[in-house]
Amino acid sequence: MPWTRDDLAMRAAKELKDGFYVNLGIGIPTLVANHIPDGMTVTFQSENGMLGMGPFPYDDEVDPDLINAGKQTITELPETAYFSSSDSFAMIRGGHIDLTILGAMEVAENGDIANWMIPGKLVKGMGGAMDLVAGVKKVVVVMEHANKHGESKVLKACTLPLTGTQVVSLIISTLGVFEVKPDGSGLRLIELAPDVTLEEIAAKTEAAYEVAI
Amino acid sequence: MASKIYPDAKSALEGLTFDGMTVMAGGFGLCGIPENLIAALRDTGTTGITAISNNAGVDGFGLGALLNTRQIKKMISSYVGENKEFERQYLSGELELEFNPQGTLAERIRAGGAGIPGFYTATGVGTLVAEGKELKEFNGKTYVLETGLVADLSIVKAWKADERGNLIFRKTARNFNPMMATAGKVCVVEVEEIVPVGSLDPDSIHTPGVYVDRLIQGTFEKRIEQRTVRQRAPETAAAGTEN
Repeated sequence: MPWTRDDLAMRAAKELKDGFYVNLGIGIPTLVANHIPDGMTVTFQSENGMLGMGPFPYDDEVDPDLINAGKQTITELPETAYFSSSDSFAMIRGGHIDLTILGAMEVAENGDIANWMIPGKLVKGMGGAMDLVAGVKKVVVVMEHANKHGESKVLKACTLPLTGTQVVSLIISTLGVFEVKPDGSGLRLIELAPDVTLEEIAAKTEAAYEVAI
Repeated sequence: MASKIYPDAKSALEGLTFDGMTVMAGGFGLCGIPENLIAALRDTGTTGITAISNNAGVDGFGLGALLNTRQIKKMISSYVGENKEFERQYLSGELELEFNPQGTLAERIRAGGAGIPGFYTATGVGTLVAEGKELKEFNGKTYVLETGLVADLSIVKAWKADERGNLIFRKTARNFNPMMATAGKVCVVEVEEIVPVGSLDPDSIHTPGVYVDRLIQGTFEKRIEQRTVRQRAPETAAAGTEN
């Protein structure tokens, strides 16, 4: 049975480590915040200028001056720090953020990622995604294994315009988990979702990979 | 010295606007946007504007107000998701658009204001963003040359100012505002409160008054783009949604 959105978030949460500073992308990645292991301290960065993001506000706490990078109202925590966009991306670009968890349209076996633009369709912009994949120490992708046409999103080479080259470390798809070898020489399949067989994942994956389960 | 304080947004823009000008506007989404000065800029009727701003507002509000009146010729932004009029003008070719990665945009503005004409970054290497730009290797890694950005006018929103233009921002409404304050040939700032000199802690100033040319006290709608709330747990239960 393929992993659900919440299963994906739960699996991605295993990549958290105590003391980590983490930036979560929009969509499934935001759910990771619900699965921080007990006793672990993780600080979430929001690239619009905040470290230490709290939960959504109660109705009477909503503050228009306090939003996350998805433009949702949010709250602060006792340890929160605010800063400018240039400080925020200095933190990201300078390698001070430990982990980012992002969605993707395509990922390639060398760690290339495409998640911002489909030619011929309306382009909304890359926002902070290119800075995050280029600057954060570890880039984890969570995504559907196949697109809505049933085609593999784990590819030999991306077909869509790239967000970054050779930047992804780990792919958590609805069917399993692939490690990108650090030298960019290919993928290793390290986990399968429950009841997903090697045959099924082989049939649904375009990229080459070693099985290392 | 002459006072930096103007009675309203209209008078604060007097003599500063011209067709074909470049304007930087602070804000992230609708958070921390200079809503009074955007409205006043609309009312000047200035056209052919190149607007540098992380986003393009929403339909009819923020920079969206200047799109509705066709005053913007080109946007330099990182994300323009929430604006139908923007989409329409862009798809019909009426509006030019230059996408910059958000961190590159922030740094281009910071660099421009700091007198730095260009810098190298790894962001965008190997993507469309780096096409046609100089690449250079440092310690075995490839970087792309990005240029500093300046504007004829920057319009900025801060929380408080003293009468000399020292600024304090509030929470995530800071975003692009401090860099933009440094990168306009002229910088006009709107704040919620102007306080007497001496009433702000000098150690708490985010933007020193040297960058600020004109100052107004505004009135703010502070529209919220995505009001997202959680429900209070019943009185007897402990709150359980903290990280």
